[in-house]
Amino acid sequence: MISSAFNADIKYLQVMDQNGKIDASLLPKEINDARILDMYRKMVLARNLDAKTLSLQRQGRAVTYAPLIGEEATQIGSAAAMRTNDIFVPNFRQHGVYAARGAPLEALMLYWRGFEEGSVMPKSVGGYPVIIPVGSQMPHAAGIAFAQKYLKTGAAVVSYVGDGGTSEGDFYEALNFAGVWKAPLVAIIENNQWAISVPRSEQTAATTLAQKAIAAGVNAIQVDGNDVLAVYKAAHDAILNSLNGPTVIECVTYRMSMHTTADDPTKYRPDAEVEAWKPLDPILRVRKYLSGKGLVTDDSDRKLNEEQLKLIDAAVEKAEQFKPNPESMFTNIYSFMPQVLKDELDAAKAARFWV
Amino acid sequence: MQMNMVSALNSALDIALKENDKVVLLGEDIAKDGGVFRVTDGLSAKYGTDRVMDTPLAESAIAGASIGMALSGLHPIAEMQFAGFMFEGFAQMINHASRYRARTRSSMSVPMIVRTPVSGGVRTLEHHSDSPEVYYSHIGGLIVVEPSNPYDAKGLMLSAVRMQDPVVFLEPTKLYRLFKQDVPEEAYEVEIGKASKVREGNDLTVITYGTMVPVVTDVVKQKKLDAEIIDLRTINPLDEKTILESAKKTGRVAIVHEASLSFGVGAEISARIAEKAMFELKAPIIRIASPSLPYPFPGYENYYVPNEKKVAEGLDKLMNS
Repeated sequence: MISSAFNADIKYLQVMDQNGKIDASLLPKEINDARILDMYRKMVLARNLDAKTLSLQRQGRAVTYAPLIGEEATQIGSAAAMRTNDIFVPNFRQHGVYAARGAPLEALMLYWRGFEEGSVMPKSVGGYPVIIPVGSQMPHAAGIAFAQKYLKTGAAVVSYVGDGGTSEGDFYEALNFAGVWKAPLVAIIENNQWAISVPRSEQTAATTLAQKAIAAGVNAIQVDGNDVLAVYKAAHDAILNSLNGPTVIECVTYRMSMHTTADDPTKYRPDAEVEAWKPLDPILRVRKYLSGKGLVTDDSDRKLNEEQLKLIDAAVEKAEQFKPNPESMFTNIYSFMPQVLKDELDAAKAARFWV
Repeated sequence: MQMNMVSALNSALDIALKENDKVVLLGEDIAKDGGVFRVTDGLSAKYGTDRVMDTPLAESAIAGASIGMALSGLHPIAEMQFAGFMFEGFAQMINHASRYRARTRSSMSVPMIVRTPVSGGVRTLEHHSDSPEVYYSHIGGLIVVEPSNPYDAKGLMLSAVRMQDPVVFLEPTKLYRLFKQDVPEEAYEVEIGKASKVREGNDLTVITYGTMVPVVTDVVKQKKLDAEIIDLRTINPLDEKTILESAKKTGRVAIVHEASLSFGVGAEISARIAEKAMFELKAPIIRIASPSLPYPFPGYENYYVPNEKKVAEGLDKLMNS
């Protein structure tokens, strides 16, 4: 009876295929090779940063970490589409978005070493802190988007949620609010196919995740999430249209690694599936395109990696020098210091627990 | 001007909207309908539905979107229709509102107020009579206030809206229209974190708040006790100083609240007195509260909520021990 709704007419977008071939009719006018090269470098930075943090975690120099490898195009393509004053609201895997928006790498390192101070970022980054409870950032994004409209800032809010997160009530509630408010929200679904051990097929009976937007009366599109240009285009269009209301963009990508460093995907995920996604790698195809143009060579890659690793190492070194001040746990709870809390602080200081 | 708690709150919200164009009100049925208890009556007509807005029926998004607004420079005041329904938004309050300042080391803050009617005694259906103050106080990071009269309600609301902190504002349904008081029409503040002495006394201290303030006051009057009655007004952060001073002065303490007994505000206050003033007590501390079970159907509420008889017996026990 309602089969037409189940097979909702959700548009699927791919601009660059896995061989690096671009459909010129779909390429946004403002995109040239220089910008593609810039996106490539940012994707490589995201991957280098990811590998480094993972290795630090394995050495006991970082806390539990959620790797992003495989999802670079979704993150860098959407970040590249943001204008200077646009705002992003991440979940917990969007390290690439932070890096692309110019977040200080030492702040990211500090966060993943387990310190709140790592969430303090320059205003220019235009991003909110990591949110751990899956999907719970979505109502914030709706409220932030409402505020942009109310304050007439013209900014769009780009939020991120995973495939698992779309099962949360907060995901639907937020879309529904943003729809009613016609708020400038661009909700990216970073569909990496796995919510820890639960595959996309067991997460929902819906044909696509994008079509969940239909119930809220919100625009939706599905894109090849490993195609940085498709993600860019969809995000760019949605941002330009954001004054008319929200859009959901489902980016179909793949979690090449574990959910977090506390997870062992060999327990539940067939190797063959991971192998099948390897040729679809988001960086590989851009490299194919750029090397075909002579813009990337083995030599330039080597230099790029060296440059980036130097920056990352310097950030790690800086983050490792950070000395926590336990008093800061107490002094950042309220805009004032309640006497009862001060008493606890004074007692802790007097007992010299922290020495 | 004579106002009940509803009109006092309405007056406070009116002033807040007038003073600061970053203040917005949101919630279910708060615009045209003025809220199911009419606390926001007339405000959407006066300030527009951009500033006093009905939302879809979803408490988690009301709380979460308020957090987003607060992070963006607005000062939202959200109404949750009933405390029982506010639990749908509990995760947002506990996971985010309470800790956003801490987790960003004060580079961000969430100036917001979530108002909700609390406690019973008015024969409502299930889930309309909860007393949730402890849940929101336990986490730290949320300010929890609960006025017991129109004057305090207005002053606490105006203090709350001038702070940069998340405030859970609990409004006892039973006291909304129970009595009127002389309340200034202009703005004034009642300090958050400061208890009030409803009555000075020397023989015993009764610490209470919310719906139990008028009950305790009546019992003390009937029994002609020389009691010091302390109305907490703010549950978190607790005004420990006022509590300890009075406990040391009288040496006999009762704590009276409608919320259930176990793990309650009474337990917290008893522990603090035991730690810091035990040797100045003349008798064991008494707690008078609802039994340790969920709020019953309205047919049973008169057997559940502490009444004058229960309070009187408790105070007798305290004076005779």
